[in-house]
Amino acid sequence: MVEFTLPKNSVVKQGKHFAVANGATRVKRVEVYRWDPETDENPRIDSYDIDLDQCGEMVLDIILKIKDEIDSSLAFRRSCREGVCGSCSMNVNGKNILVCIKAIADYKGTIKIFPLPHMDVVKDLVADMTHFYAQYASIKPWIATQTPPPADRERLQSVEKRKQLDGLYECVLCACCSASCPSYWWNSEKYLGPAVLLQAHRWLSDSRDEHTGERLDDLQDPFKLYRCHTIMNCTDTCPKGLNPAKAIAEIKKMLLVREGG
Amino acid sequence: MEYQTPLAKARGLGSAKTGTKHWWMQRVTAVALVPLSFWLILFIDQLLHASYAEIREWLISPLNFTLLLAWAFTGFYHSALGLQVVIEDYVNPDGLKIVMVWVIKLTFTAMAIASLVFTIRIAVLAG
Repeated sequence: MVEFTLPKNSVVKQGKHFAVANGATRVKRVEVYRWDPETDENPRIDSYDIDLDQCGEMVLDIILKIKDEIDSSLAFRRSCREGVCGSCSMNVNGKNILVCIKAIADYKGTIKIFPLPHMDVVKDLVADMTHFYAQYASIKPWIATQTPPPADRERLQSVEKRKQLDGLYECVLCACCSASCPSYWWNSEKYLGPAVLLQAHRWLSDSRDEHTGERLDDLQDPFKLYRCHTIMNCTDTCPKGLNPAKAIAEIKKMLLVREGG
Repeated sequence: MEYQTPLAKARGLGSAKTGTKHWWMQRVTAVALVPLSFWLILFIDQLLHASYAEIREWLISPLNFTLLLAWAFTGFYHSALGLQVVIEDYVNPDGLKIVMVWVIKLTFTAMAIASLVFTIRIAVLAG
């Protein structure tokens, strides 16, 4: 349901400021959303002055520096630091990104780091991905076949058919797109969101899969699929350069073709 | 304590197995309204400049009569489809949602019937 104001205990307060040591020449102001579920306090924005000469090139390097050298209580997810694990998705200066593949130099002024929008917060920059992952599981993201595999080899696929998975298999399920989608904000309990629908299209597009019809049956729903209103925030924000909006349009097209117009 | 699994919540009541028709008709009516609305501009132009008798004469030609009703029906149908989406997007409680969707459907059906009645009245009965 649409909510236009924050509940009282979610109103963000001004937090602590951590100044940089004297002598730093290239200083960057960084503001970070902080919330600890173990206290009764409201969320707060802590600000840090970071000496860029003592810091790596990426936004993730700033967060690691804060964690390692300034405030070890900061909670966030990261793993691969090269954009393939999808863990470090956050909202930075209003846009959902993977902070490990975003350069600090891309930001002119203050860098403002928040958790993914409109998702429950576990702590600080850690969003609760439980429902998102459950929605992913609900589309059965694995091959479904009736025909047994050949006895002596894997299931084959032509080069052309394999190409149909390009632009789909690269998704790392970081949820940047889903968390940027207003339709997903308002109706995430039912709407599957761009990331999960892109994955659904990945399995609809797989020439080896034999359950395309059943998959389409499961998607044909005013809420699961048709909450997409082609807002395109998903495609705009995808840190991997994928096009979830197009994948959703392709699903709609498949359903229309099935009905014959 | 919440014991329902996340997957059970994500699956919910399952697929309604509908939605394609609604989505597609919204597009079809939108495209249809483009030429129909150009025609409507001609009609409004008549309303502003011609007398009642002249407009009536213009309107009762089979083509204009058909186009006026086509514009009204397509417009009301398109509006009903669109407003239903708005309700579905922003109204969450199931009972209220169903009531509001049906208020929209019945209102626009009534408006379509009324437009038919009044157009016939102008063309056939009046004057």
